[in-house]
Amino acid sequence: MIHLPVISAKDREFHLPDEPPTEDHHEALEELEREGEIIIQRIPEPYIEVQTKFGRTKKIPVQKTWHHKSCGQCGHIPGYSTSIFWLNRQLGLDYLDPKDQTSCTAWNYYASATSNPAAQAAVAIRNFAAAFETGYFPIIHCGTSFGHYKEVRQSLIHYPELRKQVRDIMAKLGKKLVIPEEIVHYSEWVYALRDRIAERQVVDMSHITATVHPACHYHKLIEEDAIYTPEIYGAQRTAVITGVLQKLGINVADYSTWFDCCGFGFRHILVSRDFSRSFAVQRKIEVMMEEAHPDLTVTHDTGCVTTLDQSQFAGKAHGKKVGLPVLADSQVAALAMGAHPYKVLQMHWHNTDNKPFLEKLGLDPEQKWREFEEAVAKLKDGSKKYLTWEDTD
Amino acid sequence: MALDLSYNKYADVTLDEKERLFDEVKADLRYHHALYGCYECGICVAACPSARFYDFSPRVIAQAAAREDADLIYTLMNDSVWDCSQCFSCDRCPRHNSPGMLITIMREVAVNNGLQTARKALEGYGRIIYKIMSTGTQVSPDMLQPNAFPDWGGHVHEISENLDIWRRALPPETLHTTETGWAVDDKTIIELYLIWHMTGVMNMIEEIDSGLHMILVDVMEEKLEEAGYDLSF
Ligand code: SF4
Ligand code: SF4
Repeated sequence: MIHLPVISAKDREFHLPDEPPTEDHHEALEELEREGEIIIQRIPEPYIEVQTKFGRTKKIPVQKTWHHKSCGQCGHIPGYSTSIFWLNRQLGLDYLDPKDQTSCTAWNYYASATSNPAAQAAVAIRNFAAAFETGYFPIIHCGTSFGHYKEVRQSLIHYPELRKQVRDIMAKLGKKLVIPEEIVHYSEWVYALRDRIAERQVVDMSHITATVHPACHYHKLIEEDAIYTPEIYGAQRTAVITGVLQKLGINVADYSTWFDCCGFGFRHILVSRDFSRSFAVQRKIEVMMEEAHPDLTVTHDTGCVTTLDQSQFAGKAHGKKVGLPVLADSQVAALAMGAHPYKVLQMHWHNTDNKPFLEKLGLDPEQKWREFEEAVAKLKDGSKKYLTWEDTD
Repeated sequence: MALDLSYNKYADVTLDEKERLFDEVKADLRYHHALYGCYECGICVAACPSARFYDFSPRVIAQAAAREDADLIYTLMNDSVWDCSQCFSCDRCPRHNSPGMLITIMREVAVNNGLQTARKALEGYGRIIYKIMSTGTQVSPDMLQPNAFPDWGGHVHEISENLDIWRRALPPETLHTTETGWAVDDKTIIELYLIWHMTGVMNMIEEIDSGLHMILVDVMEEKLEEAGYDLSF
């Protein structure tokens, strides 16, 4: 028998290499600013420092955030963004929900290629310049916008001809070429504020098991910007979502296809959904249910919530093992802090039955739905035009 | 469907034309950051979702490009690139390639040159392009119609029945819209239209779908003229 030496736990700690293998975008941006090529929008204070994949520090703004919304979230799963805003309000943080914002248009770009790098960069910089003009710092709701904007930043750093083209376009729009110091995804903000969220937790979640699905465009596309920490997965997987769920007492269970994408496919979810459905059900939901037996799965992107949730209907028709509620981390965090499942989380826009999950939390979904219907009755009888934040209290 | 990679599959297209298109791919400023050669290790394939359900391989695409095989690139540009999910799982390539980015570039060249297979791949997709280019948000609540998403079940019907009321029940005032994801300022839309015109995207649309191009031009011209712009710059 071969004797293998026993290595002490101390030595088995993972150490990052001294030199990150990728360039530091902060330095590149600073240099471009010194040369008068760009303006950097700096993170407002106070901020929270976190660590990214190769050990660099990333600053996450706490407030004065400019919310770059997501088409798919706002359009089809609106409780996703509503929960982000609700968290800001409950934590007493200043934020801006702008109308001077377009989509990043990257969903269309990755689906149809009916665009080009100059157009994509100009759309991004128009939004960044709009945020800069308000003094609020952009925080990006969509994983694809987040990934794509990092791609745009990288292209603008490396290609002077693209910078010139975008600067000229911005000049015609009366805007400057502004690039934020960090591209910040909302789930990084939820992660950075997880202690404050947990302090205000009113719903016990310690008996809940969840699986996590990380968004490809968050941790694979320009990977070095994603948050990693030795306390979570030994810094071998991104810490967002998981760090929040664990802080809320949820048992995060592993499964073998964690790295796989959700099957969204950009064009597939719109015009070739047989692929999306098959992938989501067979490579993700069934594997999660068989290996981890979770009460829900939690993700942090538009396409992932949509694909994992909506695909289960067809999966059920085919006799597949499905029936797993899908929520965003912002929704779980809001729920833990006592947000209303329908007035705030808007769970009625989700497809897979989530009532058993609410019941397991000790909430009465029928009663909660009646409360929502009572509020909506005022819209139906014309005594109110809209529900407001006051109606969610 | 099995992918036919036999030599000169598209015999009706000259090698010169295939080389011209490959040169267009290589002329893209991102190309040299997307491909540094290929070990043929298959790590990209192991990570690739599309490879599991289609006869599709990012390795084959990276190899064809690295070997400068214009004939094979032409076949892949027609028969393969639209299967990609654009997830960028293949960015874990040990040679620092981005096969996904290579595919983005190949798709763009296919669209710019109006390849028949690109037109076919985008059939039924025109309404999405119309939405994003004309309104600034890509998917809207009113797209949730049972006939558009029959495979999502009865819940889509319930949403479409209650759409107006459920939108007005959303606390953020930017979300009361049904035709766009959120309320976008007119000034913002005008700026977006100017970007589409100034960056040649309108020409791409004309190449791939002239009917859609006409509709978009109509919608945009009216708003741009109201705002005092002419499109001569
Ligand atoms: S992972 Fe990279 S080197 Fe390996 S086969 Fe794919 S493209 Fe080639
Ligand atoms: S980007 Fe395309 S080629 Fe790369 S892993 Fe995703 S589906 Fe496969």
